[in-house]
Amino acid sequence: MNGPQDLGGMMGFGPVCPEVDEPVFHAEWEKRALALTLACAALGEWNLDMGRHARESLPPAVYLSVSYYEIWTRALANMLAERGMVTPDELEEARMLVPAVPTKKPKADRSQVAAALAKGSPYDRAVDQPARFALGERIVTKVIHPSTHTRLPRYARGKTGEIVAVHGAFVFPDSHAHGLGEQPHWCYGVKFSGRELWGADADASLEVIVDCWEPYLQDRAA
Amino acid sequence: MRALETVLLAKGYVDPAALDLIVETYETKIGPRCGAQVVAKAWVDPAYRQRLLADGTAAVAELSFSGRQGEHLKVVENTGQVHNLVVCTLCSCYPWPVLGLPPVWYKSAPYRSRAVIDPRGVLADFGVTLPRDKTIRVWDSTAEMRYLVLPQRPAGTEGWSEERLAELVTRDSMIGTGLPHPAGAGA
Repeated sequence: MNGPQDLGGMMGFGPVCPEVDEPVFHAEWEKRALALTLACAALGEWNLDMGRHARESLPPAVYLSVSYYEIWTRALANMLAERGMVTPDELEEARMLVPAVPTKKPKADRSQVAAALAKGSPYDRAVDQPARFALGERIVTKVIHPSTHTRLPRYARGKTGEIVAVHGAFVFPDSHAHGLGEQPHWCYGVKFSGRELWGADADASLEVIVDCWEPYLQDRAA
Repeated sequence: MRALETVLLAKGYVDPAALDLIVETYETKIGPRCGAQVVAKAWVDPAYRQRLLADGTAAVAELSFSGRQGEHLKVVENTGQVHNLVVCTLCSCYPWPVLGLPPVWYKSAPYRSRAVIDPRGVLADFGVTLPRDKTIRVWDSTAEMRYLVLPQRPAGTEGWSEERLAELVTRDSMIGTGLPHPAGAGA
C-alpha cells in the first residue's frame, strides 16, 4: 500500500540527528514494547508480514508523528484487538474483562527464549521452478499500486535496473501479509542508478540496490 | 504500555520472566561489539573474509552469532572505489545478531527518506565526506536479506591483534554512516 511507511525519496523531514552514546533503550516502556512485541508474535497468531502491514496501516499522521516503538505498540494493540485477544475496553480499564482466546502456539517461557532468538525464522524456501532472471540481466520493475501489502517501494516502480544478486526463493510478503500463504518466489538484488531513480540532476556516483521478488519484475529491458 | 502488559500477563499470553530475558538479551548480550569482532577477524584473516563475503550467515555463525533478523546476512565490502550504506526505507530492518537493535535515527523518517536519494547529505549529517568520484552504493533492505558493511581497515594498523582492531570498529562504520576510528585514536 502507498502508506506512510514508504519513505524513500520524501523530503522535508530535516537532518538525521545521531545521538552520541545512544542507550539501547530510552525509557522503561520501550523495553516492554520490544519484549511484548516479540513474545506476542511467538503465539503464532500473525506472521512477520502481517506485523509489518499492521504498522503501515496506522493513519499516516500518526505513523509520522510517533516514535518507532510507539508504532510497534499501536500496531500490536490493533492486532490483538482484531483477533479478540485483548479488547479495547480491557486496555482502557487495564484489566482482564473477557477470557483469553486459544492461540496457535503456547506462550514462550523463559527457558525457550535464548534458543528462539538464536534460531530466528528463516524465510527462504525451496521452489520447483528455476529463477527466471540471471545475474547481469537488465529488467524493468512493474508499476503497481496495490492497496494491500507490498515491499516494492514507490521510488523503484517502473524503473530499469540490473540483476546483481539471485538470493534464492523467499516467502512472498504480498500474499503472506494477508493470510494467503507463503507463495515463495525468487528474490533478486536489483541495482538502479541514481539517475534512473531520481532524474538527470541526481548524484552520478549513486547506486541503489533494492531486493525484489520476481512478481515485482515486469520483463527484460529492451 | 502498562495497561497492555497488565492485560497480556493477566490473560496468560506472555511469561513475565521471558519478557525480562528478551530485554536483557538485547541490552547486554547482542550489540555492535558482535559485529566489530566479525569485522576485525575479516581484517586479519583473508580466508575468513572470503567466507564472510560469500555467505555472511554461515561466517558469523562461526563466531556464534545467529538468529532473529539475521537469518539471511549479506556482508558488503567497502573498497577504494565503493562506499556502502544500508537503510530500510519501508520499516526498520537491521542485522540484529551482529549490531543489536537499531538506533533511533536508523528508524526515523529523516534517515529512511534521504538515504536513497541524498546519501552524501546524510553522510554529512554524520560528519563524513567522501571523494566525489567514489561510488555510493545504498542497500535498501526491502526483503529478508540483512546487510552488514565491512569497512576498510584503517591505515597504520599492521600487526594489530583482532581485539585491538575491533576497538576501532564503530557501529556506524558497519551501517555505512561512519568510518572506523583511525589508528591514532585506538587503544
